[in-house]
This record gives sequence, structure tokens and C-alpha cells, in this order.
Amino acid sequence: MELLNRISEDLQNGMDEAVVILTQEALEKNIPPIEIMNDGLVAGMNVVGRKFKDHEIFLPDVLLAARAMNRAMEVLKPLLIEDGIPTRGRIVIGSVKDDLHDIGKNLVGILLKGAGFEVIDLGNDVSAEMFISAAREQNAQVIGMSALLTTTMPVMKQVVEMAREEGLYGKVRILIGGAPVSKEYAREIGADAYGFDGANAVDTVEGFFAEGT
Amino acid sequence: MERLLDRLHDGEILIADGAIGSLLIERGLISGHCPEELNLTQLGILEEIAGLYLDAGADIIQTNTFGGSPLKLAAYSLEDKASIINRNAIAAVMNAVSGRAYISASCGPSGKLLKPYGDTDSELILESFEVQMRAFAEAGCDVICIETMMDLEEMLLALSAAKKMAPGIPVMTSMTFNATPRGFFTIMGDRIEQTAHTLEDAGADIVGSNCGNGIENMIRIAREFREHTGLPILIQSNAGLPEMRDGEVFYPETPEFMALKAEELVDAGVSIIGGCCGTTPEHIRMIRSRIADWSKQE
Repeated sequence: MELLNRISEDLQNGMDEAVVILTQEALEKNIPPIEIMNDGLVAGMNVVGRKFKDHEIFLPDVLLAARAMNRAMEVLKPLLIEDGIPTRGRIVIGSVKDDLHDIGKNLVGILLKGAGFEVIDLGNDVSAEMFISAAREQNAQVIGMSALLTTTMPVMKQVVEMAREEGLYGKVRILIGGAPVSKEYAREIGADAYGFDGANAVDTVEGFFAEGT
Repeated sequence: MERLLDRLHDGEILIADGAIGSLLIERGLISGHCPEELNLTQLGILEEIAGLYLDAGADIIQTNTFGGSPLKLAAYSLEDKASIINRNAIAAVMNAVSGRAYISASCGPSGKLLKPYGDTDSELILESFEVQMRAFAEAGCDVICIETMMDLEEMLLALSAAKKMAPGIPVMTSMTFNATPRGFFTIMGDRIEQTAHTLEDAGADIVGSNCGNGIENMIRIAREFREHTGLPILIQSNAGLPEMRDGEVFYPETPEFMALKAEELVDAGVSIIGGCCGTTPEHIRMIRSRIADWSKQE
């Protein structure tokens, strides 16, 4: 549909004001909120995610598109809840304790939201206890952790161990990422998967849900 | 000691030091603690590390001030101590080298994203860099090294802060690039060509790259810089990209390998060769000796 295509295109160009106005216009035309989200916003973010993966665009473009997405979602969210539309899944993310860099984590959050997941961002400096209790309280299906420093990676291991102790292991899938992290490290500590970049993290989470988390 | 820029313009190759963080951790820095906090209490460690790189043959020794801008220190509630943290670090290196090497004051990113991509005003970042640069000027260093920058706009803020608060001190501007199938870009999408032109126009004295790559990519980065600028080039390569082996971080490039490849950096037109993550005094020692032998043959 023409209007939804325009939403997608304006979102890709980071035009947040225009995206909000078009979203309201679409609602006035009685297009269901779920369609506006999926065929407008998420469709646009998918293009942004693919172009970012292919190095056609860079972080600034992704951040501006995400801002447009978030603003339009503020309009749609109450209506989606009213309609009782389930999200694709709920994910708790954060940068591990003492690790102060969060660009990578934010990017993963943006791309996950863009793919239609509900993302609860615990921010920086998140302890193992905080990851576990948030996952429990929010009924999240996935915990996503980022570390940029080799010195803070052991927090990831603590989360896996704590998930085992608390009986969450296997119920909540654990995804890790960040510059010093590797597939081998994920295997070593018993995490479910390693996302080597933002786009790959989204693919992995989609994989979790396809398997039935 | 002859001025740094004069020696570079005379075609001399200078060697800078290698990684500091790993040596700090070996000496008791606790992971997650602020590395620059040691500048308040453990000056002996800073002097010892400077001495190790001096003995390895470095001509340029960096200060432990990478995260010493108030915005960055605020994460540890140390922003009020920014001035003394930076001045102490310079004093420690000065003590250790006593005129035998140049003192390079290190300045890293603010850790914030500029508006409209992030939430931080450029004025705030500029002010933060100005505090750090003023401290550098007060303590007296031979060169300022703004490094590991991934956003050209933020680099320009730091450079203008340096030129304003520390006039007369040469500035090295060093950015971190990622290798992509379409060439080298910073995470914010800045290319080498644009970086070289913009920084030269903004008054940088030396341009280059550090971190994010092993030495083979750095050779390509250096060649690309050379195509677009006549300024001296600085390269501080990682010892490869980190790998995890048995739960320990491992950097794959040996001192021998990096020393061998350092010749190609010189061929590419690099004037200052140093090390970043994963490099050790041994890396610097081998690079130093290889470059010295090789210069004699030329």
C-alpha cells in the first residue's frame, strides 16, 4: 500500500516527524495498527538492517531510523495493546557489569525492536542478578548480553550459572555478543548462542523463536 | 631534544610505545575500575611502565589519560579530579623519561554520542575536552594524541579544544576504522579520504589510525592516508584481533611478525609506528631494532 511504503521510506531516511504524521494518517484511514507496524515501520527497519549489514549505511542512519521507529511506536503501542496483539517475543538486554560501552548493545536493541520484538533495555553496568530478576519478572524468553571488555566477560558466565540455579536454564535462551566475545566462548560458558553483529543477533533470536523457545 | 615535528619532516621514523592497560592489570588494576584513578595514587606504576617502553626503545611515550576527560571520568564520579588526574600522569612520564623521549598526552573518546544520533550536545563534549587539554598544557607535554576516535565530528571537537587550550603543542589525530568489503570506514561511516582532508584542514599536525585492526590492514590504511595527505602519518596497530583461548584473551601477532611488517608501514609512508591493544614492550623492542637495521641499509 502506497501510504505504508511512504512510512517505510521516510523511516529509512530518518525523517521522524514525517513518519509520525504518516502513521497518524494511516490510523485515520482505518489501517489496522498491526499492519502499519509490520508493513510500514518493521518493513523499513528491515531494509535499514540489511543495508547496515552490507555496509551501505552506517550507525548514524540506523540511529535516526530507530528514532523515527520509536516515535511512531509511541503512537501505535497503546492501540496494539488495546487490540491485544502479541509481540513476537520479549527480550531483556544489557551491557554487563562494569562494562561502560554500549553502542553495540543499543544497536542490537534497535534492530530487535525493528524486527518486531519487545525489548527491555536494562542499560549499562548490569549485574548477573539484575539480568536474572528482570528476565523472571518480565517473563522474557531471551536474555541478550553485551561486553566490550575482556575483563567484564565473566559476568556472562555468572548469568548462565545463575540461570541454571534458578531453573531458568533452557526456558530463557541466552545470547551473547561484543568485540571480545566469540562462538567458542559462548560454548565454553554454556550460553545458547553468540551474535557476531547486530543483524546476526536478530537472525539468531528469530531462530530461537522458530525453534519454539 | 630536537622538536618532534622537525624530525618527522626530516624523514626520520619514530617509534611510539605499546599497550598500557594490560600492564596496569598485571600490576593490580582491578577490572572495571577506572584506569586513570591510578594517576591519583600509584604514580610509581606509571613511571615503571613508561620505563619499560623507554628501555624497549620507544621515542614517544604515552600518558595514562585515555579516559581522562571529565565526561568519561564521570562514569566513576571522578570528573572533579580531571585536571589533577591528567597532570599527574604527565608528571609521572616526565619523571621516568627525563628528556630521553617525547611525552605524548593521550585523549580518547568521550563515550557519548553527539546529537542528533545520541543525546549529547556538542558544547558539552567540547567543554569536557577543553578541561583535559588545559591540563595537558599546564603539565607540559611534547605532543597530544587524540586516538581511537570513531566519529570525525567528535575528533574535530577534541582537535579544536587542543588548539585552543594547548596552542603550540602539535596534535596527532588517530581514528579507528573497520575493514568492510567496500573499504575502510569508521563505525559512523567516515572514510579515510574524508578524514585526512577534514583533519588536515582543521589543523591536525599528524594523522593516522590506531586500534581495531592488525598490522596488515594498518598497512592498507596507511597507504590510503598517504594518497590523501602530505602530513606525517601515525599508525598504532593492535597485535591482531583478540581471540579467546581457554577463557583467556589472546592477541595473535607476535613481536617478530609485527616487526617484519613494520617495514611495509615505512614503505607506505608512515612516520610514527607504535602499538595498540595486545602489543608489549617486546613488540616495541623488535619493531625498534628492525626499523633501525633497515634504515641503515637504505
